[in-house]
Amino acid sequence: MKLFKIFYLFLIIPVWFFNSLSLLAQSNSDCLTCHSDKTIRGKINGHSVSVYIDEKILAASVHNGNQCTDCHSDLVNSDFPHKTNVAPAQCVPCHDDEQKLYSEGIHGKAVAKGDPLAPRCQNCHGSHEILPVKDIHSAVAPIKIPFVCGSCHREGTKVQIQRHIPQNHILENYTESIHGVGLLQKGLSVAANCASCHSAHKILPPSDPQSSISRKNISATCTKCHQEIEIVHRKIIKGKLWEQAPNTLPVCTDCHVPHKIKDVLYKESVANQDCLSCHGRSNLKSADGSSMFVDVAKLQNSVHMNISCSQCHNTVNPSLMRPCSGISPKVDCSICHADEGDQYTKSIHGQLFAKNDPNAPTCEDCHGSHEVLSRVNPSSSTFPTNIPNLCGSCHRTGEKAAVRYKGTEHNIVANYTESIHGKGLMKSGLTITATCTDCHTAHSELPHSDPNSSVNRKNIASTCGKCHYGIEKQLENSVHSPNITNTKKKLPVCNDCHSAHQITRTDAAGFRLEIMNICGNCHKKYAESYFETYHGQVSRLGYSQTAKCWDCHGSHDILPVENPKSHLSFQNKVQTCKKCHEGATRQFAGYFTHATHHEPVKYPIMFWTFWSMTGLLVGTFFIAGLHTLLWLPRSLQYRKELKKILSENSNLDEKEDGQISDEKNE
Amino acid sequence: MDPYNLNSKLKVKLQFQRFTRLNRVLHILMIVSFISLALTGMTLKFSYTGWAAILSHLFGGFESAGYIHRFFAIVMVSIFVIHLIGLTKLKKKEYKSWKALLFNHNSLLFNKKDLKDFIGSIKWFLGKGERPQYGRWTYWEKFDYFAVFWGIFVIGSTGITLWFPEVLTSVLPGWVINVATIIHSDEALLATGFIFTVHFFNTHLRPEKFPMDIVIFSGRMPLEEFKLDRPAEYKELLEKGELENYLVEPYPDIVLKSIRIFGWIALSLGLSIIVWIIYAMIFVYK
Repeated sequence: MKLFKIFYLFLIIPVWFFNSLSLLAQSNSDCLTCHSDKTIRGKINGHSVSVYIDEKILAASVHNGNQCTDCHSDLVNSDFPHKTNVAPAQCVPCHDDEQKLYSEGIHGKAVAKGDPLAPRCQNCHGSHEILPVKDIHSAVAPIKIPFVCGSCHREGTKVQIQRHIPQNHILENYTESIHGVGLLQKGLSVAANCASCHSAHKILPPSDPQSSISRKNISATCTKCHQEIEIVHRKIIKGKLWEQAPNTLPVCTDCHVPHKIKDVLYKESVANQDCLSCHGRSNLKSADGSSMFVDVAKLQNSVHMNISCSQCHNTVNPSLMRPCSGISPKVDCSICHADEGDQYTKSIHGQLFAKNDPNAPTCEDCHGSHEVLSRVNPSSSTFPTNIPNLCGSCHRTGEKAAVRYKGTEHNIVANYTESIHGKGLMKSGLTITATCTDCHTAHSELPHSDPNSSVNRKNIASTCGKCHYGIEKQLENSVHSPNITNTKKKLPVCNDCHSAHQITRTDAAGFRLEIMNICGNCHKKYAESYFETYHGQVSRLGYSQTAKCWDCHGSHDILPVENPKSHLSFQNKVQTCKKCHEGATRQFAGYFTHATHHEPVKYPIMFWTFWSMTGLLVGTFFIAGLHTLLWLPRSLQYRKELKKILSENSNLDEKEDGQISDEKNE
Repeated sequence: MDPYNLNSKLKVKLQFQRFTRLNRVLHILMIVSFISLALTGMTLKFSYTGWAAILSHLFGGFESAGYIHRFFAIVMVSIFVIHLIGLTKLKKKEYKSWKALLFNHNSLLFNKKDLKDFIGSIKWFLGKGERPQYGRWTYWEKFDYFAVFWGIFVIGSTGITLWFPEVLTSVLPGWVINVATIIHSDEALLATGFIFTVHFFNTHLRPEKFPMDIVIFSGRMPLEEFKLDRPAEYKELLEKGELENYLVEPYPDIVLKSIRIFGWIALSLGLSIIVWIIYAMIFVYK
């Protein structure tokens, strides 16, 4: 013991001695000699700033009793006036634990890299005025933390704009979240603030496995406060799957979106088992006699197998005697499926629903309710091969949507089934074939007259082009594209030629024959003159083998004849004829494919040939007809005379065999 | 009435033979090919009518109708060629020289008597004279005969153009096909229209022959009828004493019945075609 005391003396005396020396050299009052002058200014990073120190603030701070040079350690033993390029105050060695955590976090690393936006200790904690954390006036008191963090992490700051921050509206969202409301409105200092989840000093992005908010750690972070959370999340937690398999099961933030966590969505205290204690009974009926039974087996096979009852039936209220008494029959799917909900609201279905139209389909009408399946599940009503039937349940002839429809498309389902898309889907089982929703969209259906409709004239090419991309590109560069032809007339879009629901193979006889009328809708004169040629005559008889419009003109790549790339340009014309007429020559291609004899200026030779021939016909028939007409009465008279003479003769011939008179009498 | 008193010697009345066997066979073939060509060709010309489509399908489609059309085109041209060969043989056998063949008074070439007969006919029609003394060939028969020459040339040449357009346009410009189409089609309309109305009336439907004159098929006609129909020829043969050379026995009833059936078919087809054409040109043409 004695030995120890002697050792202590030896150790302590020099320390005391040196301390007394330094005290002598630089006490706080030494510093304040100058720094208590309110007008004193110094230079930091070249800027002239006030370096006045309020002695009262310093005395009130948690660091009262520390010497200035404890923190401004680079000024130890320096002479007056000391150097101007003073280093920032050092929090180590006192706070070396925090400093270590800080240097591992994203803020510390940013400082090490020299990021001018990176926060240092004093940015959060302040400098000479630092108070204990528990002091309500501390800059980092729980209730102030959101503002401290928010000074950088709110909309419009340099950090939020210039640095990669994966979340937006952090401060606003937090303020409205259950945590934010608890802390800021209700003054619950135990409510989670930024540091509760992100930690105070070792803040790391969620992608970092060490982060307190990484998938691996988030449940541990949340359960720091929510220790009894298992009660409401028992399905997951009881099996301990949550922590054992964080990559296959949802973590807290999958359902409770970071910063947006709200109590309105999740009535955590009501679990499926509570619901099923009644609704699991198959004989449960509502007041009006309809079944209230929920088949657990169906629910568990559905795509919502991991969603609790109360997440959809979110009007449940655990504070009521019967928590479910507040539940309305309709489920609002958009609480999770927000985008689809928005689309639906704008669609004709949603518009009708908003008008309380009894025919308006709701989410449930197409997707089902508890049994809802993913659209990639072949049993789902929204699996491609089931869609025509699904839409057909209203849009089939005679059904409610078809009855109120006033447009031109009839027998939609029957026609679709016979179309190339319908055959592809239903007969060939090609699930990539276009079905109702590929053209009309799944949730944004609108009448074709609506400019936002996927089947509006303006949008139809891009709708078809989703699959028929190459064709869309060809059409864009053809004479039928508004990019090429500037006209007020209607330019054709896909369905003008191919129809909407009766699309057939273009090499099918029916389409080949129909196309001439379709082209003729706009190109009337050319269609008429086409029908005067051999090609047209054969077509009109009902045969598809002769050249039709697009055999010569092309289809989606039609170009004006003057364009060298046109199928009918001077350069390509003979080649086009050769597709059918192997021996075609330049002169052969000079055949007028649309010539008529009605145009004396354009086709004089045909005009005059026709009228010469007509003159010959009329002349011949006129002379011969006149001759015949004049002959007729005389011939009748002559017939009588002839009969008389012949019968006299046959009488003379003893009516031998009557052959002549027989013949004459016939 | 029976200068040689032949009928009293025989059990049947002898008839006057007016057409040779070759004439008759060629005419029958002509009828078959002409009607076939008309029907198949019309399907295209009147393609805008319903009956054209039906007809085209009956022929087995436009391609098959086209083959039938070309086949009978060959048949018709062959008839024409065989007839010309027949004429050269006739020249050798009976006339020695072309001049004799072409310019004898019974030739098919028009002569002064035709002009006289034509004027006489008009007078007769107008009640200002007797029926002319028609001879071997009347002027309207000669017109029909040469109409075939014209038709074969015009329709045949344009038909070849349309048959081989690639070959023809290696020499001629492309518009020739357009022009050939018009000529081929309108000349065919003239031919069918003329044959099935004017020719039908002149030979079959005029009241004294109604409903048909089968002499072109049987080749023979009753002597009494011949005498009244062609008084000039009868007189000439009688004067020359050659009438007997042309007297033959009539065909048995079964042959005549077959001829009539054939005649009825040809007549009704021809008249149907006229009805179709009129229907197409008046009611359907736009």
